[in-house]
Amino acid sequence: MSEAGDRAIPTRIAETLDRMGRSAVGGIAEVGLGAILLWQSVYWVVLGRHREQPVRMAATFERCMEVGIRALPIVTMLSVTMGVMFAIQGIYTLRVFGAEEQVTIGLGISIVREFGPLLTGIMVAGRTGSSLAARIGTMRISQEVDALEVMGINPVRFLVAPALIAMVVMVPLLTLWADLMMLTGAGWYVSVDMGMSFAAYTQRIIDVVEIDDLMHGLSKAFLFSILITLVGVINGANVKGGAEGVGRMTTRSVVLSISAIIVTDMIFAFITTRS
Amino acid sequence: MSHAAEKRDDRPRPDLSGAPNVIEVKKLVTHYGAREILHKIDFGVREGEIMVIMGGSGSGKSTLLNALLGLLRPTKGSIHILGEDLTQISDVEKTLLRRKIGVAFQGGALFGSLNVLENIMLPLREHTKLDVNTMRIMARLKMQVVSLAGFEHLNPSELSGGMIKRAAFARAVVMDPKILFCDEPSAGLDPIVAAAIDELILNLRDAMGMSVVVVTHELESAFRIADRICVLDKGDILMTGTVDEIRSSTNERIQNLLNRRTETETLDPEEYLKRLTAAND
Repeated sequence: MSEAGDRAIPTRIAETLDRMGRSAVGGIAEVGLGAILLWQSVYWVVLGRHREQPVRMAATFERCMEVGIRALPIVTMLSVTMGVMFAIQGIYTLRVFGAEEQVTIGLGISIVREFGPLLTGIMVAGRTGSSLAARIGTMRISQEVDALEVMGINPVRFLVAPALIAMVVMVPLLTLWADLMMLTGAGWYVSVDMGMSFAAYTQRIIDVVEIDDLMHGLSKAFLFSILITLVGVINGANVKGGAEGVGRMTTRSVVLSISAIIVTDMIFAFITTRS
Repeated sequence: MSHAAEKRDDRPRPDLSGAPNVIEVKKLVTHYGAREILHKIDFGVREGEIMVIMGGSGSGKSTLLNALLGLLRPTKGSIHILGEDLTQISDVEKTLLRRKIGVAFQGGALFGSLNVLENIMLPLREHTKLDVNTMRIMARLKMQVVSLAGFEHLNPSELSGGMIKRAAFARAVVMDPKILFCDEPSAGLDPIVAAAIDELILNLRDAMGMSVVVVTHELESAFRIADRICVLDKGDILMTGTVDEIRSSTNERIQNLLNRRTETETLDPEEYLKRLTAAND
């Protein structure tokens, strides 16, 4: 190998290590920023009124409408479809063992503990997390965030806290709705395919699903709502370079939110099934 | 000597030589990363004065404005605004200080989710306990001052460039600030609307008695409104003086700026070749 080539290899290794180091530091900084944003949001929610700077209720209500009510049609449609799909796959698999009668156990527990919160989280990340990142990113490049600061209005209280409250309230409620719609879709298919009455299916689901299962799912939905908000806000706040930057960070926000949801889901399931 | 602009406003400039400083900047140094942007800047703004900070692109005027607004932490030096050192005070004190200043941003920075009236009322909503009707009346008064009455319920996206600037001014002065900061107020506007915005700045100062700091690279606008001009170049203050003093300056760089001449760097071809070779190594 030539002398120039020998010199190039250590340089490339150094550059790769440099890039990895910068990425790692950037990632840690983002986690730190997320923790600060969460702490400040909680601070303003709890102490804002005491400091005569309450979190805006009108904005929080508007965010609730956006996160929850306006998401109902798509959540309903996809949840029913997924419910039917789970029923099809469940019956097909259990028929191999001649145990398709037991499909309601699998459906009830897996939907309430796993698929309801997961599907809702992914839909909210794609729909609301991305719009939150785009909104804050656009506000940043048009100096609206700077305007808030120089007006003496804390941007976290004004922008982040209403979004966080709306997500924490609405994502678990949407999850409950998604659970119900998935179970309804699955029940419809089970009645058609197996000739079981819908009332009998419902009774079996009620017998199988316990409050603990429901709380397991809702706890995950609560965690997902915080993750989606923080990832959206952090990516929006880091927008640079105009409209192209907004697009880039919006995409990054969706990818990171969904990744965070799936990893958190796995860790949560592991921890809560140990005891 | 040919000037890019002549003074058009006939109103007399007030004598503010004995007025106390509302802004006092001492030995200010700022960095972006490792690069030093402002090099030990010293300057002051008097009470009731319109101070124009002027300079070309990359001169450091936006950096100076950001430092004055507390959006950028300086590396060294002090910034006293209304007697408070911005570099030393707590966040709570900074919030209280910010209620006494108003800022009209270059692009307006109006909130798209609020209509014009709500945008202008926002500082009142956040910082006062007035009832909504009183706030509406106060906001409408300011809209009249900036000739925007009747446009209360439009969204910012429905306004022209000049109207956005006017709405930004109305929001900036709704709390009756002691200091108004304006970032490139006439940038991107046609000459007639730009002249109207300059007139508005003069009217606001005369009506409300506030100090005004204007950052601009528009010579015509600067000469029209300034009581004093601070000329920035490559992070240094070249000169601070009245319009006449700036115009009659013999400083070559100031004359280049006034006459829109570019400074060309003479470069030895061999030296240039050496630099290229060094860069490729």
